[in-house]
Formats: sequence, structure tokens, C-alpha cells
Amino acid sequence: MAYFIQLAFAGIAQGCIYALIGLGFSIIFKASEVINFAQGELLLVGAYIVSSAVFEWHLPFLPALLLGLVATVIIGLLFERLVLRRMIGRPVFSILMITIGLDIVLRTAVIMIWGSNPVPAASPFSITSGFTTGGVHLGANDLWTIAITAALCAALFYFFRYTKYGLAMRATALDQEAALAVGIDIRTIYALAWGISAAIATIGGVFLAIDSFAIDPTFGSTALIAFPAIILGGIDSVSGAVVGGIVIGVIQVLTAGYESKVANILGAGIHEITPYLIMILVLLIRPYGLFGTRKAERI
Amino acid sequence: MSVTVTSKNARTDAQPPRLLGNISSWLALGIGLLAVIIFFTFASEDWFTIVNFTLIAAIATLALNVLSGYTGQISLGISFFMAIGAYTSALLGGTPPTSPLEPQGLGLSFLIWIPAAGIVAALVGALIGPTALRLKGFYLGIVTLALVFIGQYLFVNIPGITGGPQGRTFPVPAFGDFPFNQQNQLLGVAFTPGQQYFLLFGAILLIAALFVGNVMRSRAGRAFRAVRDHEVGAAVMGVNLFEAKMGAFILSSFLAGIAGALFASYISYVTPNYWDLTLAIQFVAAIIVGGTASVWGSILGAAFVFGLPQVIDYFSLLPTGTAGSLTSGNLNALIYGLLIIVFLLFEPGGVMGLVQRFQKLIRKFSHHDERKGGEPAEIIDLSPEPGYLDQP
Repeated sequence: MAYFIQLAFAGIAQGCIYALIGLGFSIIFKASEVINFAQGELLLVGAYIVSSAVFEWHLPFLPALLLGLVATVIIGLLFERLVLRRMIGRPVFSILMITIGLDIVLRTAVIMIWGSNPVPAASPFSITSGFTTGGVHLGANDLWTIAITAALCAALFYFFRYTKYGLAMRATALDQEAALAVGIDIRTIYALAWGISAAIATIGGVFLAIDSFAIDPTFGSTALIAFPAIILGGIDSVSGAVVGGIVIGVIQVLTAGYESKVANILGAGIHEITPYLIMILVLLIRPYGLFGTRKAERI
Repeated sequence: MSVTVTSKNARTDAQPPRLLGNISSWLALGIGLLAVIIFFTFASEDWFTIVNFTLIAAIATLALNVLSGYTGQISLGISFFMAIGAYTSALLGGTPPTSPLEPQGLGLSFLIWIPAAGIVAALVGALIGPTALRLKGFYLGIVTLALVFIGQYLFVNIPGITGGPQGRTFPVPAFGDFPFNQQNQLLGVAFTPGQQYFLLFGAILLIAALFVGNVMRSRAGRAFRAVRDHEVGAAVMGVNLFEAKMGAFILSSFLAGIAGALFASYISYVTPNYWDLTLAIQFVAAIIVGGTASVWGSILGAAFVFGLPQVIDYFSLLPTGTAGSLTSGNLNALIYGLLIIVFLLFEPGGVMGLVQRFQKLIRKFSHHDERKGGEPAEIIDLSPEPGYLDQP
């Protein structure tokens, strides 16, 4: 039982990271109907900058984090302003592909600047610390991940619910033309969405790195597991991204923990694809996800 | 078209585009052939390796172009179908195992395993298609991406066919007693392996390109493009959406399977993680850089994404650096990443779009007195069947 609780706890922490990545996807999608394939690489850039700032430039953690945030937010805003704004009204295919273009550029830039070898994760606390209660080890990294995710979600909830810009973003997501008609500046909203997503990506990246003590360029595609999370939650639902992320994280870690017992049936590494299997199932049964909006197509 | 009317009186404008309709296309063919012959006679084996890889890549790019470029269905999973083709070829054509630990192989002839690679990939495509094609846009993209990961899991876990994580060898194409990886005498002329592979891959690419080119000028091809441009509109015009999408999916899977078999055979030893997302995305880059919905675009795109880095390596244009510095692979990834963005922003037709713009410009200058009035409306290969205008 302790083993199960241990796995579930690790799964929730893992799921929080997916949730953070998924939040980035769904905020951009909600505002502008764009799936940002480069989210994983924004995360990579953020995590690398924070790590470099701490270990090479010897900055304290918080200024380093700030530096990472500023850098990814600038990349996000520039991409939105210079590239995506010109793509409005173009086919989904083109828009998806152009974010893949950004993904390739960012990943290659990371490899060219930092190399392919892992760099240590920057962390404000001792990564290996934690305490054990009732046979379950609660790692500081996992506890921090869960706490920060919860805090961020609360902040986002407050932002969307009670602030002027949050309201404007929700209005834009609901009906772009109506939002324009009541005087909402859509361009600001798009920029805001990209800025928030990029910032969340950096935070997710820092925790993803802390979770495995180091980060290397392949982590960018680890972020792809956030896709099953947002599909499960409903792609245009912010709370769905969080729930989906945690569910996927828990299932993945549980599978990883128990798969060795049935290894002769399932083979190795099934936990790497369980999120995708769940996603395909969801897409077949309930394509709009648990919390997403059911879309009716009008001709 | 059911009504056949003699096409003699039809306006020349209404002729379907012919492969070799006029003098300039004959001329282009002549120059192209001459270039191929010169290359074939004088090129070194290194150059053959570069070009041969590009030829195989062009077949796979063409496969992706059928699905994404012509039919508008996003796919990030072409490497999965290539892998299916490759492992089919290995199972059928591989050497029979000498110990139970080695992966299976039936040792069948090249003439069996090559078509089988395409057919099995097409069958898998036909199995997955009905599920995947219910989805649109990026949902389809994400599902095909999931296919790549699921495929890699499967390939690692069926060592009997794939050799497991360590990988396996793949069969060498051979006609009777003439394996392609050795020098052979034919009619008194000695052919190097590079030359033989060049002829083989070139011939398969030519057949694939002619086939795709012709399909796209047929009723089915017009249905594909109608689906891409406006699904509802296409359905209203009587296009069966499911049939059109499935047709494109199966044709694409078939070609991808053949390309995968050739890739694996040419590399000769492949591990399951070769068929990853990066490979699939390279083909996406190739169709965008070369030109979506274009046969020539597929070939140019493959040359750019798969041929160019090897050319850069061959001339060692880059300093052999330390870890993390500029390698040809990195440089190339950076270039095609940027090119995807630049082309999608400014020239969605890719290199072929640039070529067409250039041709239009030339035509404008050479025929400026023949055409009075405004710019003719752009007609994208929607020309009616011959005789259409003569119907009473």
C-alpha cells in the first residue's frame, strides 16, 4: 500500500508538470485557436537559461528564474507578433507547421549553444531533501512542484475570473468578433496569451529539470505528453488541462511502477505510451475531452 | 467522364496538362536526361550515396505530400508507416536465422518483398485510417504523432521481427544472382553498387512520381484537393469524404512503406529508434520547403532536407568542432526550421511556388501582347476534360 501511495504521490507531482505544460497549450489555444507545438522547446529554453544563470553566471535562483521568464516571454511575444499575426486566417495545417518550424529552430539553438549533454537543474532548495512519513518518501522537489502548480492555478483562476484582462481573454475566446465590437483589443489579448504561456513554460521547465536532477535537449519532446493531458481535459479548458495533466501523470507513474510485474505480457516501456493510448481512447469516445466545449459545426 | 466527345475541336486551353506537351518540356527532359547520364558516368561512390538517399527520401516525401499536401490531412506519423514497410521487407527478405536469438527472415526474393512492404503498410493504413480520419486538423496530427511513439514501443518489444532495441540487418535488393551491393557485369559493362542503386531507386521514384502525378490529375486527385480546400464544399459537390481521405491515406502509406523498406535496406542495419518523430518532422519540413501538392516540390524538398546536409559534410564546409558547436546536421535543422517559417509566411508554395512565380513572370513578358485585359483568374489545375466545351 505504501508503494501505491508513493507512486500516486510521485504521479501527482509528475502530473503537475504536465499540467503546467498543458496550461501553456490551452491558454494559447483558447485565445487564438493555435496549437503551439513549440511549447516544449520554450520550456527547454527557459530551463537552460535558468540553469546557466545559476551555475555559470552564479546568480541567485530568483533572479535567474526571472531572466529565464523574461527570455521565453520575449521569444513568445516576438513569435506571436512577427510570425503568427501574419498567419491569421490561414489553414490549421500551415499554422501547426509554422509552430513546428519554431520548435525545430529553438531546439537546434539549444543544442548549438549548450550542446547535447545534460546540464544540472537549478533549484532553490536541496533537490534530494524531503521527509518520510508512514513509509512514504515525500521529496522536496515533488512537494514544491505540487505547491507551485496549485499557487499558479489559483493565480490564473483569479486572473481569468476577476481581472479586466482575464475577462477580456475569456470574451475573446468566446466570440472574437463580439469581443472586438465591445472594444477589446484582440492583439493585446494574443500577446498576453503568449506571454503567460511562455512564462508558465519556463516554470514547468524548471520543475521538469528538478524532477530528474538535470535537463538535456530531449526534454523538449517529453513535453509532448502534455498533448494527451490537454486532450483528456478538453483542449480549450484551462481547468481541464490541470485535471488532465494530473490524471495522465498518475496513470503513467502507476504503470511505470507496476509494469515490471507483467513484463512478460506487456514488454518494456509501456508507461511511455499509456498517455497516448488514453488519448486515442478519449478522442474516439469524447473528442472534446472531459471539460472541453462540444463543438457544433455550422455550414 | 461518361460523355465522350471528339477533342479535336476543343480549345487548346481546355486540354489537360500533358507530361510532354510542347517543345520546351521536351527540351527540359533532354537536358535533365543529359545531366543524369553525365552524373551517372562520372560521379564518385560518395556522390551516389548522397543522391541515392535523396531519391529514397523523395519517395517518402511524395508519400507525405499525397496525404498532407494534396489532401490536407496533417500527418506527423510517416515514420511509423516507413517502419512497417521496412520490417515487412526484413521479415520476408531477410536471411533465415541461424540461431533462435536472431530475428526472423524468410529469404524471399526482392521482387516479393518490395511490393509487400508497400502493401502491408497500405493495409495497416487501411486499418488505422477509419479511426484516425474521423479527426481533423491538429487532432489528426497528434494522433499520428502518438502512432510514432506506439510504433516505437511495439518495435522494441517484438525482437523476433525487429531485433529488439539492438536492431537488425535488412535484405539487400538482388535480381537473381546480382545483388545490388556488389559490382556486377551486365552486357560487358561493369556497374558499381552506387550506380545500380541509383538506377533502382531512380526507377522506383520515377514510377511513383508518374503515378502520383497522374492520380492527382484524375477525378480522385481533384477530389483530394477539394477535400483539402473545403470539406463541406467537397461533400456538397458529391465527393465522398471518407473515400477520398482513405484513398489518400492508403496511397500515402503504400509509398511510405516502400520508401521505408528501401531506406532500411540501403542503410542495411537499423534500430527501432530510427523511426522517430524527428524523421517524420523532417519529411514535413521537406514538403513545406519543396512545395506542398507538387511532385517536383517533393523531390526538391527531399534534396534540400536530406541531401544538403550530406553535401555540406562531403565538402567538410564546417569546422570539425567540439560538442555543442555547429555540425552540418544542426546547421541544416536550423536552416530548414527557419525555412519552414519563412516559406509559410511569404511563399506557402515552397520552392515550387517560387519557380511558378518565375515562370509566370517570364510568360508575362513573352506573351504580353497576346493577352489583353486584366490578369486571368488563377486556375489551379481544374481544367475540364477534353471536349467538355463542345457539348451541345
